[in-house]
Amino acid sequence: MDNLNALIAGFGDVLTPLNLLVALLGVTVGTAVGVLPGIGPAMTVALLLPITYGMEPTQALILFAAIFYGGMYGGSTTSILLNTPGESSSVVTAIEGNKMAKAGRAAQALATAAIGSFVAGTIATLALVFVMPQVVDFAISLGAPEYLAIILVAFVGVSAVLGTSRVRGLASLLVGLTIGVVGIDFVTGQQRLTMGIPQLADGIDVVVVAVGIFAVGEALWVAAHLRRKAAEVIPVGRPWMGRDDWRRSWKPWLRGTAFGFPFGAIPAGGAEMPTFLSYMTEKKLTRHPEEFGRGAIEGVAGPEAANNASAAGTLVPLLALGLPTNATAAIMLAALQGYGMEPGPLLLEKQPDLVWALIASLFIGNTMLLVLNLPLAPAWAKLLQIPRPYLYAGILFFASMGAYAVNSQPFDLFLLLVLGLVGFAMRRFGLPVLPLIVGVILGPLAEKQARRSLQLSGGDPSGLIGGPVAWVCYAIIAIVLFWPLVAKLIRSRRGEGRDVENKSEVSV
Amino acid sequence: MTVLVGYVPNAFGEAALTAAVEEARRRGEPLVVVNMSRDDVLVDARRAGEEQLARVGRDLADLGTAFDVRQIDEGNDAADAILRVAEEEKASVIVIGLRHRSPVGKLLLGSVAQRILLDASCPVLAVKAS
Repeated sequence: MDNLNALIAGFGDVLTPLNLLVALLGVTVGTAVGVLPGIGPAMTVALLLPITYGMEPTQALILFAAIFYGGMYGGSTTSILLNTPGESSSVVTAIEGNKMAKAGRAAQALATAAIGSFVAGTIATLALVFVMPQVVDFAISLGAPEYLAIILVAFVGVSAVLGTSRVRGLASLLVGLTIGVVGIDFVTGQQRLTMGIPQLADGIDVVVVAVGIFAVGEALWVAAHLRRKAAEVIPVGRPWMGRDDWRRSWKPWLRGTAFGFPFGAIPAGGAEMPTFLSYMTEKKLTRHPEEFGRGAIEGVAGPEAANNASAAGTLVPLLALGLPTNATAAIMLAALQGYGMEPGPLLLEKQPDLVWALIASLFIGNTMLLVLNLPLAPAWAKLLQIPRPYLYAGILFFASMGAYAVNSQPFDLFLLLVLGLVGFAMRRFGLPVLPLIVGVILGPLAEKQARRSLQLSGGDPSGLIGGPVAWVCYAIIAIVLFWPLVAKLIRSRRGEGRDVENKSEVSV
Repeated sequence: MTVLVGYVPNAFGEAALTAAVEEARRRGEPLVVVNMSRDDVLVDARRAGEEQLARVGRDLADLGTAFDVRQIDEGNDAADAILRVAEEEKASVIVIGLRHRSPVGKLLLGSVAQRILLDASCPVLAVKAS
């Protein structure tokens, strides 16, 4: 019951006019960027990061969380109307959703997506209230070696499990780690990778990295590509659902939630896998199999619920462990660090007001999103008529302003351009962006924990593998990294290759 | 020599089309229908769908006018596209629909109709929707 009391106190903190206004702003901006393909919540949060340094930390986090949730709602609109998913998590929604729109059922598809998102978001946020403190209780007992191991799991998770190619994921992670170590070594005071440039001695600001990679990189990429025929306008109308649609939607909503939340909560989950699983399940369980592939409402309801539930799940590792599992969460973590807070298990103990106000704001933001999205869907669809040059000119303007505002140093603008080119090159060569940003943010943290464990053990490397939690983590890493090899061996020798798994030690 | 009409799927486009059919009959020239959509937006309200173009084609065939329907979806300047087709087809007249624009609207967005009126080398028939 402690959790509920704290949550109610959090509601008390959130229900001020200014906080509500911030939440409203956040969900509006979030929906808008979710609707527009190519501009996601991660880029938006990165662009807003420098602006929010003048705000109260609570308000800034409410804003970011609202943008994050809003992006999940908005992404479905483009998937359904245009077959162009705004976010990777709504790829699956497009399969059935666009078919429904083409069959003249766009209104029902949008309605089941919005109401499903609301139901899933609310249930999953409630789950967050109960699960997160338990995880904190567990995490608070962890020492430096265990924490290092968990960070390494997150590294391997974002680079090897999410995304299509392990090699590309790991390459991206290494680029991120390299950017992360630039600056003065905090133990010995030596300069690392600064190339004698004094401005680099303080390290590269995460804001500049995030804005460069997400905003400038994406803008360059769009400028170089994405010229294609415009689509014709699909008449939307006011979203509504008939009795039959409700009957067919509520079970997929609940099942989608059940898939989404746990996947979001583990450090290598993400939103893609649960949405896909939910789609497969609905396809199997439906009583209208003939409609799948031609616009079945279950195929929209389930995945949409799953992606919102996983968004809420993502906040469990973020708030309890300080581990981001998607790009938006990574930048929210950077914001916490910017306010001088230490993300991790101690956050709930040191800043309980902030954490509970944030969670309370999620409930409010979710309700606002439903109100904003149901009647206003046609208005959101109009955003798609904005010519791209206007959008990207605006993004580049905000990006440069934000990067300059961090330290008021012209040097940061050069850095921004260089990082923008890196972001462009990564998109060109198909490297995922998430491992890079996670590497930049968690890299220094991992290093700190590793050095600390080595100092504790007097330089003995066995100090790195203390405790059963660490063993489990390393076993997971080994299994994930060597699974393709193991699977091959098993296939060729039928059961003789299994002992490879637990022996190999991995350092990232 | 042809009659060229800039078609958009709304009341202005329909008015222009009706006037153009009359004009083509009167002159005894074939009709060229041009629909333009920009390639730098995701969705363009001025893009005519396949069904709409098919309907226009059916209507024109029923009326017995010789015609050609073209859809242009590259570039982002409708005035340019229409003038280029007019040049290629040696149009004797261009028919366009006109809409009311506020002074501020004109300043911000410019006017396709105005550019066609000013830059065309043949007569332009500007029609208002009733």
